[in-house]
Amino acid sequence: MTHARDGALTVGSGLAGAIASAVSGRSRVTSQGSAPGRLPGAFASQSPSSFTEFLSAHSPSMLPGNRELPAAAAPAGQHFPHGTTIVTVTFPGGVVMGGDRRATAGNLIAQRDIEKVFRADEYSAIAIAGTAGIGIEVVRLFQVELEHYEKMEGRTLSLEGKANRLATMVRGNLGMAMQGLVVVPLFAGYDEERDAGRIFSYDAAGGRYEEHEFYSIGSGSVFARGALKKMFRSDLSEEDAVIASIQALYDAADDDSATGGPDLTRRIFPVISVVTADGYRRLPDDRVGTLVESIVEARMRAPGGPPAPLL
Amino acid sequence: MSMPFYVSPEQAMKDKADYARKGISRGRSVVVLQYADGILFVADNPSRALHKISEIYDRIAFAAVGKYNEFENLRQQGVRYADVNGYMYDRRDVTARGLANAYATALGTVFTEMNKPYEVEIVVAEVGIDVASDQIYRLTFDGSVADEQGYVAMGGQVDQVAAALKERFEEGLPLASALGLGVHALEQQDADRHLEAGQLEVAVLDRARDHRLFRRLPAARVKQLLDEAGAGAASTEPPASDESESETEGGEGTPAE
Repeated sequence: MTHARDGALTVGSGLAGAIASAVSGRSRVTSQGSAPGRLPGAFASQSPSSFTEFLSAHSPSMLPGNRELPAAAAPAGQHFPHGTTIVTVTFPGGVVMGGDRRATAGNLIAQRDIEKVFRADEYSAIAIAGTAGIGIEVVRLFQVELEHYEKMEGRTLSLEGKANRLATMVRGNLGMAMQGLVVVPLFAGYDEERDAGRIFSYDAAGGRYEEHEFYSIGSGSVFARGALKKMFRSDLSEEDAVIASIQALYDAADDDSATGGPDLTRRIFPVISVVTADGYRRLPDDRVGTLVESIVEARMRAPGGPPAPLL
Repeated sequence: MSMPFYVSPEQAMKDKADYARKGISRGRSVVVLQYADGILFVADNPSRALHKISEIYDRIAFAAVGKYNEFENLRQQGVRYADVNGYMYDRRDVTARGLANAYATALGTVFTEMNKPYEVEIVVAEVGIDVASDQIYRLTFDGSVADEQGYVAMGGQVDQVAAALKERFEEGLPLASALGLGVHALEQQDADRHLEAGQLEVAVLDRARDHRLFRRLPAARVKQLLDEAGAGAASTEPPASDESESETEGGEGTPAE
C-alpha cells in the first residue's frame, strides 16, 4: 500500500467549478473564494450551523420565499395544487400524524396519491397544507436544516429548537402567502425529556403555537377536529391513536370536497406516521389498508362513525 | 537593506512536506477498513467530544488525523458542500469522489500558497451496495489523492499499524473480527499499548441501514464486539508471536517526494 502521487486521481475542477457552474450568475460565490486554506467559495465562511442561513448567503435563489414575484400579480394560489387535511393525535409516549392523499387545483383533483406527511428527522414528523409546491420545498429544506445542524454540532436540536426553526422558515414565505401561495405546516415530535409526543401548529405569518392532545390543519380540519374531540382520550394506545386519525380523516373527507377519502378501488390509503422513543416510522400501506377496511365496514352500518356517549 | 536568503522551490516544498509529516506523525493513528457489511473506522481517541471520525452524508464518512482545528475546518466545509449539492440536485448526487476532489483542491492550494501547510491526513469513504463498490479515498496534506482498497492506516506510527493490517486483513470480515483487527493494528503504535473500549472512537458505515448509514458505536457495544472477536481469535488463530519482527516490512511510501 503506498500513497504516492502517481496513484492519485485526476483532480478536477473541484468545488469552485462545481458550485460556480451550478449556481451560475452568483458572483458573490466566486468573489469569496480566493482565501487559500479553504474550500473555495462560501463553504469556508464561519456561518452558524444553520443550513438556511448558509444558503441565504451562498445562493439565496434556492430558498423558498426568497423569489421575487411580479409586483402586480393577481393572487394565483388556486391555480396550483393544494394539499388538504392533516391530523395529529398524541398518545402516552408518542404522537401519530396522518394525512389524506388528495391535492386539488380549484374544483379539480390535481393528484389523488400525493404524500403530505414526512419524516423531519429521527424523532419528528412534518406535514403540510396549502400550496403543495412550496410546502414540499419547505419540508425538504427543513429536513436538510435539521440534519445539517446535527452534523455540524454533533448533537440534535431540542424539539422546541426545531419548532422555532420551522417558524422562521414559514415567516420567510409571508410575501408569497400574501399573494395567495399560502403554506402552513404542522409539526409533531417525540420529546425525550418529557417522554411524550408534542404538537406545534403555525400560521402564515410564522406564529408558532403548541397544541395539546390533538390537532388538525387544512380545509377539512374543522370536521376532523370535531371528530377527534369526540374520540380523544388521554389513555389511547398507539393503535387506538392510529384508528382515531383515520376516522377523523374519514369524517373530513365526508364533508369536505377537497379532502380525499380512502380509495378502496385503487388501494390508496392515508399516510400514517408514528413517532415514539423508537423514532419515526411510517406505517406500511397494507397495515393502514387493513385498518381502513375495518373502518369502512363499520361505517356501512353506522355512516356517522362511532357514537360518543351523551353524558 | 538585507538580501533574503535564496531558497530553491524544491527545498521549500521539501521543508513544508517534512514539517507536515512530522506534525501528522506526532498524533495517534486512525484505521479505516472494509468489512462484510460496510466500512469500519477505528480511532485511538479517548475524547468523547472531539471527533476524528464523522458523518458527511448518507453514505459518506470522514476520518482525519493531525491538527484538530485544521481537519475540523475541512470537515465542516465538506458537510456544507454535501448538503448544498444534495439539496440542489438529489441525495444520490453527492459522491465521495466529488468531495475528495474538492478536498484535494483545497489541500493543494494550502500546500503551495501558504507558508504553513495543513498538518492533516484525511480519508473520505463511501459505502456502496457491495464490497466491490465501496470507495475509500486517502488525501494527504499536499492534496494528493489515493484510491485505496481494503484498508487504510494514517497518523502516528503509521508504518507499524499498516504492517499489522497488511498481515491480517482479508476481505469480507465480519464486524467483530474487523474491529478486533483494527484495534490490534492500533495497539502496534507502541511496544506495549493496550486499548480498552473507552479509549476508542469507533463508527461504521453500515449498508444494512436505511437512509443515513453512518453510526457511532458506543463503548459498551465496542466492548461486546471486542470480547466476541477475542473469543473467536482464541479458538481459531494460532498464537501470533512473529508480529514484532514483521513490523518494519511493508512500510509506507512517502508522498510528495
